[in-house]
Amino acid sequence: MRYIDEFRSGELASALQSELEQAMPSGRELALMEVCGGHTHAIYKHGIDELLPQGLELVHGPGCPVCVIPVGRVDDAVALALEPNVIFTTFGDMMRVPGSKGSLLDARSRGADVRMVYSPLDALELARANPEREVIFFAIGFETTAPSTAVTLLQARAQGIANFSVFCNHVTIGPPLKAIIDAPELRLDGLIAPGHVSAVTGSRVYDFIAAEYGRPVVVAGFEPLDILQSMLMLVRQLAAGRAEVENQYTRVVREQGNPRALEAIEQTMELRDSFEWRGLGSIPDSGLRLREELADWDAERRYEVPGVSVPDHKACQCGQVLRGIVKPWECKVFGKACTPESPIGTCMVSSEGACAAYYHYGRSRPKRGTVAT
Amino acid sequence: MSEGRSETEVQHRRKPRLRDERITLVHGAGGKATRNLVEALFLEQLGNPLLEPLGDSALLEVGSTRLAFTTDAHVVQPLFFPGGDIGSLAVNGTVNDIAVSGARPLVLSAAFVLEEGLEVADLRRVVASMAEAARAAGVVVAAGDTKVVERGRGDGLTVTTAAIGLVDERVSLGPEKVRPGDKVIVSGTLGDHGMAVMIARGNLELEVEIESDSASIYPLAESLFALGEDLRWLRDPTRGGLATTLNELTEESGLCVVLDEKALPVREQVAAACEILGIDPLYVANEGKLIAVVAAGRADEALASLRAHPLGAGACIVGEVEPEPEGLVLLQTAFGGSRVVDMLVGDPLPRIC
Repeated sequence: MRYIDEFRSGELASALQSELEQAMPSGRELALMEVCGGHTHAIYKHGIDELLPQGLELVHGPGCPVCVIPVGRVDDAVALALEPNVIFTTFGDMMRVPGSKGSLLDARSRGADVRMVYSPLDALELARANPEREVIFFAIGFETTAPSTAVTLLQARAQGIANFSVFCNHVTIGPPLKAIIDAPELRLDGLIAPGHVSAVTGSRVYDFIAAEYGRPVVVAGFEPLDILQSMLMLVRQLAAGRAEVENQYTRVVREQGNPRALEAIEQTMELRDSFEWRGLGSIPDSGLRLREELADWDAERRYEVPGVSVPDHKACQCGQVLRGIVKPWECKVFGKACTPESPIGTCMVSSEGACAAYYHYGRSRPKRGTVAT
Repeated sequence: MSEGRSETEVQHRRKPRLRDERITLVHGAGGKATRNLVEALFLEQLGNPLLEPLGDSALLEVGSTRLAFTTDAHVVQPLFFPGGDIGSLAVNGTVNDIAVSGARPLVLSAAFVLEEGLEVADLRRVVASMAEAARAAGVVVAAGDTKVVERGRGDGLTVTTAAIGLVDERVSLGPEKVRPGDKVIVSGTLGDHGMAVMIARGNLELEVEIESDSASIYPLAESLFALGEDLRWLRDPTRGGLATTLNELTEESGLCVVLDEKALPVREQVAAACEILGIDPLYVANEGKLIAVVAAGRADEALASLRAHPLGAGACIVGEVEPEPEGLVLLQTAFGGSRVVDMLVGDPLPRIC
């Protein structure tokens, strides 16, 4: 496949691999966090972790839209799905996430009308086709998916589609990164920043990491060569004592991001005072809700949702996995009580979750140690 | 482990438990949950020596004749898709289960559940397609049944077929016959059927033309029977794709299969559609392909036999059997790394972002 195979070349990989080896500052141990679950997935899928030089450690970050949704919000979703006359629409992965009283898939087997959609516009179409029913869309994700929810809301309002609403769980990338870097239990030397999120936000959202915390950041694409190259860029910065925000993914990401997408978010959503994250707790200014003007399309305003914060399953260490403190295989229930077929925590559900990625692709590997200090 | 595992060892799997309270779609996706349901519920109640191997067909002896017997229920939306329909699928799917059991399909039965409101013209088309597929596969439909259910209580049309075949005396197949060093061969491109159906559903708005590979693979299987004992194991990688089928082999044999990503045949359109949707073609269904494990020394001969037939023109070696790590399927990535190829959990889903 043209334009894909070029980014997966084994020959270029081995050239980059030796450059990376030479660039490593001698005698130093470096820990780089790949923030995005898409990167985690690609790293294990292509076996990139096996190509890393001695002393270079990858730490998995919180950038998995499904993983960061806390149990309480899943319970809210299940409650909405069980409302009479509701068609509850969601991205596929979210269906299997366990709440305290089961998943959306369980709700469906008990009679709830839960349907998988590929885009919020499909949910709006469903509302148009079923005027006698109420269609709710379970909106999740970072700045990557928020624009499509925003555009859908603007269309719903423009076309006066009243039987459609959004259960908004959109989150922003900056605040959780700050929380992770602030946490005392983890030492990170640099960050591989998510490519798709940055295509919307631009690369400036990471400036504070370089400026205030003195850690280098490289925005990276999702092909294996992108990831290797971004590591090389980070290691070179570290070896030279620099801390800058660099952009490896120039074919997609602009410094100013995508102004039209940001404008659509701005028109429809505003920051919540705080939002609960799985594993990270409540983080100020990190979640989005619908603006007052769109109250008619806001499922949280139209329906009673429990809105209760529910702690994770006792045995589940997703929180620590999402903060990079615990490696997937170090979790007590990994691969035993918690597997992709009967997951306890979200990191085992989503294909972008570190546990699922490691379980699916990495189980034959020798285990690398944790970097927590 | 030069002798491989004994049959009693092979039968000793961990005792499965079914903890779910209700059936969800995951139980039907052909992965671990399906297997769990079959072993923990069906085998628990209905288990017997014919059923327990959970092969593609049951092998039974009547007098001195060895027969293969199998059944398959077919549900597919939409009923018609490029390259086939539920009728051809219902014939080929069942015939292929017989073929990969090392047997020649003889007769079929077909049971139809029709939903009130189904258009007769559609039913006529489906049955005509069954007739054509049966002729091509050299079988007759010898028995049948029809039921009609109220509107909303059926999926338009479901077809359940069963088949009987005559076991070829030259072959003896099974996971316990597989040896380290054996080669893994596929008869052609992967993922055509699953992607054709996914795209024919029309809600992805992808404009690519992909045809299902639905076909009887008996001629391909038969061309390998001459290998005798050097033909170790045959399967058709349907629901769950090559990955799931090979995982069943490694689990049952206690061996390891190492695949070479660069050798996997995937049509350009299928690869592109999978790439866009974030789906791995290794997990996508095929309806006209076979996987054969053959002794290394006869692999070239097996390839030549398969390639002599139009359906097998794209046959190639995709991997090798190794003694360990036990029970795993591994993939050497084109990028230079390696990874586990796990069993499918749930349906393959397009990614979120």
